[in-house]
Amino acid sequence: MTALVPDRYTLAFRLYPYAKSPDQDAATPVRHGAVIVGGGPVGLAMALDLGRRGVPVLLLDDHEGAGLGSRALCFAKRTLEICDRLGAAGPMLEKGVQWNLGKVFHDDRLLYEFNLLPEGGHAFPAFINLQQPWFEKFLHDAIVQVRAEGAPIELRGKNRVDAVNVADDHVTLDILTPDGPYRLEADWLIACDGARSPVRGMLGLSFDGRVFEDNFLIADVKMKADFPTERWFWFEPHFKSGDSALLHKQPDDIWRIDFQLGWNIDRAKELEPENIRRRVDAMLGPDVEYELDWCSIYTFQCRRMEKFRHGRVLFAGDSAHQVSPFGARGANSGIQDVDNLGWKLALVLEGLAPESLLDSYDAERVHGADENILNSTRATDFITPKTPVSKLFRNAVLRLAEHLPFARTMVNSGRLSVPCTYDGSVLNGPDHPDMPARTRPGSVCPDAPLAGGWLLRQLGPGFRLLTIDSEAPEVLSAHGLTVPCLALAATPELTARYLGTAKGAVYLIRPDQHVAARWDRFDETAVAEALARAIGKV
Amino acid sequence: MLITTPNLTRPDESYAALIATHEGLSEAESHALNARLILILMNHIGDHAVLAEAMRLARDPGAQAKFSETVPNGPKSA
Ligand SMILES: Cc1cc2nc3c(=O)[nH]c(=O)nc-3n(C[C@H](O)[C@H](O)[C@H](O)COP(=O)(O)OP(=O)(O)OC[C@H]3O[C@@H](n4cnc5c(N)ncnc54)[C@H](O)[C@@H]3O)c2cc1C
Repeated sequence: MTALVPDRYTLAFRLYPYAKSPDQDAATPVRHGAVIVGGGPVGLAMALDLGRRGVPVLLLDDHEGAGLGSRALCFAKRTLEICDRLGAAGPMLEKGVQWNLGKVFHDDRLLYEFNLLPEGGHAFPAFINLQQPWFEKFLHDAIVQVRAEGAPIELRGKNRVDAVNVADDHVTLDILTPDGPYRLEADWLIACDGARSPVRGMLGLSFDGRVFEDNFLIADVKMKADFPTERWFWFEPHFKSGDSALLHKQPDDIWRIDFQLGWNIDRAKELEPENIRRRVDAMLGPDVEYELDWCSIYTFQCRRMEKFRHGRVLFAGDSAHQVSPFGARGANSGIQDVDNLGWKLALVLEGLAPESLLDSYDAERVHGADENILNSTRATDFITPKTPVSKLFRNAVLRLAEHLPFARTMVNSGRLSVPCTYDGSVLNGPDHPDMPARTRPGSVCPDAPLAGGWLLRQLGPGFRLLTIDSEAPEVLSAHGLTVPCLALAATPELTARYLGTAKGAVYLIRPDQHVAARWDRFDETAVAEALARAIGKV
Repeated sequence: MLITTPNLTRPDESYAALIATHEGLSEAESHALNARLILILMNHIGDHAVLAEAMRLARDPGAQAKFSETVPNGPKSA
């Protein structure tokens, strides 16, 4: 029966087994408010975000859980902060491997070491390493938990979306299940169906960018070696297993190894276990015992859709934009899409904001995608130089980096993902010149320790007013929204991150923890106006 | 602002030193040395706008001269 909807990949975790829905027997297509296609990290996080906001949401995936295999590994601080808001970060942090130290080698020489040395006073580390299936499982666990508390989230496994028809005010979906086809309607459709996005194809939308002419062999090996928990990157390694190589620790004694193989390779041959072992042996030395856990060969591309909103269809995650993995920006940026879209769609569905607010999702996240594509393109060009002269300069940088710290700043084996600042967004309100640039409107709020907790945890799911050494009412009501105020006294971290040289500060903070506007004192009219602007009413 | 007026304290010495630095190197070694030298000088200059102007000028050395002919006081903007 399941042969009707065959698996395209093996599952690591079976999370939402197929169960027949009454919708499948309905005489006319049942209408849902928000429907998500795809239960990867982005779709799951989207469902969780909307469901926690009380928005009824239905997620469809043609599988029944998280796929097995080597994909995302590094999850950035901002992702953990967002997952914390979604109630999923605890287990991620517990299972994930934390690392700060990196080493860069050229040939057989250690060029230098770096320490990510995260700034103190943040709840979360700069990065954790965690296998993608576990990341997805923890999001799913959080869904199960909030659903038990009444969050209206429904997941349907083995529901493959085969056709979409877009009308002005809804979308019709043709779905295939093990019990045959059925039809649904959705007020809003969120396509989180991955880089090959069938929905994007069904709408005939393009996905343009660059393909990098290179193949990467990704091998996850299980070994009890006592290499330190560090990220080791080789350019032109002496062990000749590839043009570059990466070694990175994962949970459960698993190590991620990447080898850059070049463009003209025999894929099938390279994937034969003895050939993979030959490369791994050369790297680890003859005495290290290991098992091959998972191996695959990838080519990488950097591309995006021109627009992420097409009327009632919104694209998020890899369906909207794809980057090479150098810098770990794929899933990390997809989670930021969710963070940006969740509250906006919820306000539109509640009738509190105009539909045009969703155009700011497009503008802000296209900006984010461009930043990610730029960064990962530059890293890829450094790692795999495209011309002889590009390789000449790359190797000159490496040669100097061994001795001269300035050259280390040019070595680019991936600039690790940091959140994007929505400079110039139409949602941004007034700025104040005496306050730090890092918290200007459009920026994500940096965390800070508070007596007995952390700032970001105090911000809550909706809009917030944050005051530092400043007077403001406990609650502000405007435009149908209730905005509670978090009143704080200056601490060294709050001064450095929020107050600057101002005497007092009033911040209007969006539900995604980005700064909407800031002033040095509370003025009800000004705040209400900034709020209107931040929900697309101006 | 990129300096394009004469600025070398000892032009002949500097030029001779540049050539001497390459002595005994193969062509490939010379190219590598040049690349390192450019990177070292780039870091010394530091300012991205100046570097970008220098790169434009290197790519099209006539550009500035042509521009100077039409604008009496030469280019003003960086
Ligand atoms: C080697 C490698 C390393 C990486 N490392 C990192 C990293 O360290 N950090 C990082 O942040 N990112 C990394 N990435 C990127 C990351 O894996 C992706 O960005 C991420 O999986 C995108 O999530 P998504 O939910 O948008 O799409 P996907 O994970 O692709 O999920 C799409 C879902 O849609 C479902 N689907 C597809 N078609 C249909 C249909 N017709 N009907 C119903 N369901 C459908 C699929 O079954 C799937 O479940 C890496 C990628 C690779 C390849």
